[in-house]
Amino acid sequence: MNAPLIGARVQRKEDYRFLTGSGQYTDDVEFQGQAYAAFVRSPHAHATLRKVNVEEAKRAPGVLAVYTGADLAAAKVGGLPCGWLITDVNGQPMKEPPYPALAQGKVRHVGERVAVVIAESPEQAKDAAELVEVDYGVLPAVIDAASARKNAGIHDAAPDNTCYVWALGDKAKVDAAFAGAAHVTRLEFVNNRLVPNAIEPRAVNAQYSRASGEYTVYVASQNPHVERLLMTAFVLGLPENKVRVVAPDVGGGFGSKIYLYPEDVVVTWAAKQLNRPVKWTAERSESFVSDAHGRDHVTVAELALDKNGKFLAMRVKTTANLGAYLSTFASCIPTILYATLLAGQYTTPLIYCEVTAVFTNTTPVDAYRGAGRPEATYVVERLVETAARELRTDPAELRRRNFIRQFPYQTPVALCYDAGNYEATLDAAMKMADVAGFAKRKEESKKKGRLRGLGYACYIEACGIAPSNVAGSLGARAGLFEAGEIRVHPTGTVTVFTGSHAHGQGHETTFAQVVADRLGMPIENVDVVHGDTSKVLFGMGTYGSRSIAVGGTAIVKALDKIIAKGRKIAAHLLEASEADVEYANGEFKVAGTDRKKTFGEVAFAAYVPHNYPLDKLEPGLNENAFYDPANFTFPAGSYVCEVEVDRETGATEIARFTAVDDFGKIINPMIVEGQVHGGLTQGIGQALTEGCRYDASGQLMTGSLSDYCIPRAGDVPLFQLDTRETPCTHNPLGVKGCGEAGAIGAPAAVMNAITDALGVKDLPMPATAQTVWRTLRPAA
Amino acid sequence: MSVKVSMKVNGKPVSAEVEARTLLVTFIRENLRLTGTHVGCDTAQCGACTVLMNGKAIKSCSIVAMQAEGGDIMTIEGVAKPDGALHPMQAAFKENHGLQCGFCTPGMVMNALDFAKSHPNPTEQEVREALEGNLCRCTGYHNIVKSIMAGARAMNGKI
Repeated sequence: MNAPLIGARVQRKEDYRFLTGSGQYTDDVEFQGQAYAAFVRSPHAHATLRKVNVEEAKRAPGVLAVYTGADLAAAKVGGLPCGWLITDVNGQPMKEPPYPALAQGKVRHVGERVAVVIAESPEQAKDAAELVEVDYGVLPAVIDAASARKNAGIHDAAPDNTCYVWALGDKAKVDAAFAGAAHVTRLEFVNNRLVPNAIEPRAVNAQYSRASGEYTVYVASQNPHVERLLMTAFVLGLPENKVRVVAPDVGGGFGSKIYLYPEDVVVTWAAKQLNRPVKWTAERSESFVSDAHGRDHVTVAELALDKNGKFLAMRVKTTANLGAYLSTFASCIPTILYATLLAGQYTTPLIYCEVTAVFTNTTPVDAYRGAGRPEATYVVERLVETAARELRTDPAELRRRNFIRQFPYQTPVALCYDAGNYEATLDAAMKMADVAGFAKRKEESKKKGRLRGLGYACYIEACGIAPSNVAGSLGARAGLFEAGEIRVHPTGTVTVFTGSHAHGQGHETTFAQVVADRLGMPIENVDVVHGDTSKVLFGMGTYGSRSIAVGGTAIVKALDKIIAKGRKIAAHLLEASEADVEYANGEFKVAGTDRKKTFGEVAFAAYVPHNYPLDKLEPGLNENAFYDPANFTFPAGSYVCEVEVDRETGATEIARFTAVDDFGKIINPMIVEGQVHGGLTQGIGQALTEGCRYDASGQLMTGSLSDYCIPRAGDVPLFQLDTRETPCTHNPLGVKGCGEAGAIGAPAAVMNAITDALGVKDLPMPATAQTVWRTLRPAA
Repeated sequence: MSVKVSMKVNGKPVSAEVEARTLLVTFIRENLRLTGTHVGCDTAQCGACTVLMNGKAIKSCSIVAMQAEGGDIMTIEGVAKPDGALHPMQAAFKENHGLQCGFCTPGMVMNALDFAKSHPNPTEQEVREALEGNLCRCTGYHNIVKSIMAGARAMNGKI
């Protein structure tokens, strides 16, 4: 009998190629006759395009073509669509201004694409891009989200810069609860704008074949089928069957590679115009101004409590900055994925949240690791910790007093939690973090002239997005199922095709573990294919920690069909009744006897059907399945962060970080730990080092890795991790997802710890050394 | 202006006519088609392009190819044994799950090889300091630190 593979720390199948330089990322792909694109980008945040003169650029050495917005308009290339329609408080659809691939008449953020130059070499394209003359009529820029509505509209379609005002909850009841509350805790804060910064910059390489009329588009994407659907049906008007999109090895995504970007559209269109393959790879400076950013909320949040510390109601008002244009899923992030999470782990009976989404002259904002849920967790967990301090109650105790303990639990903000055990993760985290010994450590720090603080965050997230009909009723313009296929070869080895996409998550290993475990075969006999629309039947891709819960379930459903058909074939071969044939450990066996056929023998019979029930059964052993989830999954956990602050410099060191998560069933603990490490570090980055800043004219002041500080190895500790397991009740693997948890829980835990250390109510993120030092100074 | 550059890369002599402004990383990726060396930024911050030049880890985006004239370059493609078996440092990354998307990985491994020569038994702190110039967005460095500590011990001071 093979050892179980589900739950095993299996080393990754993908590592050999990455460790030997054999990975193939989009920029590594070079076609015969390759040409290269360079984009001319606006240096202004807001300006009219008076004139774009491309003549000199066209004459430059090696230049094949220069295109502007006018060329795309003449060719009837459409604008980029938004995938989620939000209906506002008055029942009106959100404002959807056009998002042209190359600017038409006006530019609305620094870095917006004005023209593209295509040349024989990347250097020639860049040199010629410098020769494009643009006459800009500079306009005042709208940068500050909080005051955006008071400024003249940057889009004709949204005169007050408002995309929508949206609300969830019963305002009257919430207001009444606040009026009768024994205590109200109030916080005002900014959830800082972040730049995702996957280390592989975005890239696209498109080829067109006149012979077949087919396009092949390599692109650094998290969801190649969605990219194809949006590009063909909504922008370029191409037949979907004539476009192959390949997302090969992709060097990190974190949300930023979900979207259809203008560069993808322009390069694909140009490949046909020139009858040459065209490649574009972002420089990091371009990534900073053209990859979708994340977060950027201005929020006022209030929590009402009774005299016993029970939460009565929560009231939240947020202004969300969407940037200059509606990116693919921008509209659902500060609404559907934010307000619905405001119950957190608690029984708060009444919640009201109002969100005003505004356009500004900044880079578009969309989902970034966690997407709405880190913002919600920050609201809930900063409020709860602050309330505990105001009431002089232990913050862990206040949480326990309000934990949800009975499941399923219907929250007042639409979600229904299927399962959870919040006490278990908090108990484990407090023990592992040695909260009992904190007072002593604080004393020791004090002796060294350092300030020590401890903070909690008990987060919940909704993953495995989503039941398609529920998403549709909330405005989604797409289905959110996943597809999988199991192809059994005649010799019994297996290729798995999944619509999920891995860009660091290790699906080639995790999904192979699931399949090999269920089929009772060595993992070497199973390979996983993803990321190519010409191989994979369909897919909605990877985001929102959905891959194992939705993509994994689709694979399990296909496996069930394989085994069901295998039993029929085996019953024939064994001359037994199908009902008597059971499958275990790689063998079909007649129950209670030693008569059996191996999986390989059955596969061979399916493809060499000499002795086979051809009158009742098709030959072959190949099944696919689509899975549409019944509900979201609800991973949750408890984080304890301990910081030490240097009074002299304001520098904050993460002294200890303990994370106990409940991801339901875990397939590969090694991979899951890696996901948590990475998520925590991005969350710590948001809290301590990362803050995207614009000046008043709309220039990005943090436009390089020298100015925008993503955490380095010296900024984070070795993490202490553990898990508790409450299986998801509505998928066969009992899995919930783990990719975003760290980034969701960490910011609140870190800020709760720093404010504890400093003895202040609040502090803006990122709490850089300078911010902390300035806060300490009046006291010093 | 074009110039001829010659050097040894992964033990093999190579030469090519390139524009004078050609960066070493561009020469490696575009002329030699050794695409394991990556470009993650344009300000010499990320370290994805790290290679060994004359045994020392350098960021190949921060010198032009001409400056490597006559040099001995090792890229990630030259690290594994001729039969394909992983080098102990590569094996340590695999065993310790020291990589996720793989994009920063070649630079991490090349930097670690140089570091490990002089640090056969490094502390966690020493490894973190050595990684100052290599950015990773996936792993939170936790398992990279562990990988390099284990890989350095396995190398025992020899590449």
